[in-house]
Amino acid sequence: MDSVEVNQLTKRYGDLAAADHISFSVRDGEIFGFLGPNGAGKTTTINLLTGLARPTSGSARIAGFDCATEIKKAQPVMGIVPDESNLYEEMDGLENLSFCAALYGIGKEEREKKAGELLRQFGLAEAGKKPFGAYSKGMKRKLTIAAAIIHDPKILFLDEPTTGIDVASARQIRELIRTLNRKGTTIFLTTHYIEEAERLCNRVAFIVGGTIVRIGQLDELMREVQQENVVQLAFANGGAELEPALRESFPHVVVEASGTDAIRLRSALPLNLTPLMRFFEQKGVTVYEARIMRPSLEEVFVKITGIALEKMKQEKEGKGKQ
Amino acid sequence: MRSWIAFWNILMKDMRNYYLKPPNISWGIIFPVAWTLMFLLKSPTAVDVRELLPGVMSLSVLFGTTSMLSVTLTFERRSRSFERLLLAPLDLNLLMLAKTSGAIVFGLINAFVPVLFAAFLTDLSGIDWLPALGAIFLIAVTSTLLGLFIAVSVKEIFEAQTFSNFFRFPMIFLCGLFIPVESLPIFLQPISYMFPLTYGADILKSSISQNGHLGVPINFLILLAFAVGLFAVSVRNVKHKWIY
Ligand SMILES: Nc1ncnc2c1ncn2[C@@H]1O[C@H](COP(=O)(O)OP(=O)(O)O)[C@@H](O)[C@H]1O
Ligand SMILES: [Mg+2]
Repeated sequence: MDSVEVNQLTKRYGDLAAADHISFSVRDGEIFGFLGPNGAGKTTTINLLTGLARPTSGSARIAGFDCATEIKKAQPVMGIVPDESNLYEEMDGLENLSFCAALYGIGKEEREKKAGELLRQFGLAEAGKKPFGAYSKGMKRKLTIAAAIIHDPKILFLDEPTTGIDVASARQIRELIRTLNRKGTTIFLTTHYIEEAERLCNRVAFIVGGTIVRIGQLDELMREVQQENVVQLAFANGGAELEPALRESFPHVVVEASGTDAIRLRSALPLNLTPLMRFFEQKGVTVYEARIMRPSLEEVFVKITGIALEKMKQEKEGKGKQ
Repeated sequence: MRSWIAFWNILMKDMRNYYLKPPNISWGIIFPVAWTLMFLLKSPTAVDVRELLPGVMSLSVLFGTTSMLSVTLTFERRSRSFERLLLAPLDLNLLMLAKTSGAIVFGLINAFVPVLFAAFLTDLSGIDWLPALGAIFLIAVTSTLLGLFIAVSVKEIFEAQTFSNFFRFPMIFLCGLFIPVESLPIFLQPISYMFPLTYGADILKSSISQNGHLGVPINFLILLAFAVGLFAVSVRNVKHKWIY
């Protein structure tokens, strides 16, 4: 079953199409990534799906309910982590969580118990007594995630969950997302960190200028971009000096030394490792590692969207500084 | 049932976070006292405290509610915590009812500060409390909704403040509390009847100093119509402007 079905969804702000006829679906139980540079339309899409914005045209359904007309029926099953933490600064962690649970109609006893559990699980038990305004960015983000899952949503929306926070918290948050997903929560996350999508997502959609340029299973997308087979061999000691001899023996393979004790082999055809190993055995060189090199999602993204890597990087740094 | 848990908690949170904070409590007390003193001092002859009561009560409610709701809502919109409320599975009408209820309760508390003072200064027997309470309640409701209307129209907190004064000061002079509507210049009189406060003040005058002139039932009907109308317009505006 699909948790989210989006069909030709469009949102215009004046002349600008922040989301332009986008269609995709998120399957039950998967981690779906929305990957794109700043201003691509990621937040707009989340707002349209969760009830903070109304589409100009097109439609979206969550858990079978129409997001424009039956949003109040869909909202109980969704949890939302906005791009900026928006809890109440003057309330402490426990009060914030308990209040958020109350918004979903959870009774006092149950919500206080759940709030306490979540604070412990998120390593915020101590911070639970401090006002939210006094939290660090990483703590704020974690409490915001806790607030979004206190009513056990079936689908969790996360808008750039690790942008602008410290590395340790970011790692912890990614681990939390994985754990939630293993327990059955469907995840929809947006990010402009390609590595994040690569680490977390089962499927990704590339969005640029309000348009989805590509959707696919991660490994499929990578295979598609990969035009040749690349294997890197690492040797116990030396070995790179065998480069010319290798070229002679395997004329259809492109050979490149990579440092003094590694060699990279490229070929349009699948590489047969058996004769290669025999070659090194005869030369008395020990091969202790053969690694198949895959393209990164970054390469895939650049290839498909045509956006220069530099541009993504600049935006990433610009955003990180804020 | 589940919606009422949300309703109740929103109301209680607003009371705790905003309305019952020390600065606001003192505002609620100082303000009515200042009004009372001002009127006592400025008049050359001894004034009947009782004559002043309708005016001071109305002003306390008016000032307590209009800016309170518009400032807290504008604040929550800016800090984006208001989005949380929009994302909750709670009917928009009920949500706005919860947000306005906090300010209404605060307005009612403000109204009774001058009553307490008056009780020490004069004999309050013979006041027709039922219509008076009803009027105070409806003044609180309509001024709160005016605050909501202001909140929907502005982006910044200072705009909310300025805009509320833009409504409040003309209202004070035109509502008939201090200058009877009949003695206003003829071209200002229609404006007086555009303010809900005029009708609330008239009920208070009838029930406290027996000098109202529109008739209590008519006043109530008009106030109710204002309340329902303002609420409907405000919720519609929230839907159109805040769910963009
Ligand atoms: N409320 C709005 N009014 C006008 N333009 C908007 C509004 N929200 C977003 N936009 C514009 O829509 C585009 C997409 O924005 P957004 O969805 O926030 O991008 P992302 O989250 O991918 O960075 C941007 O050009 C942004 O300026
Ligand atoms: Mg965004």
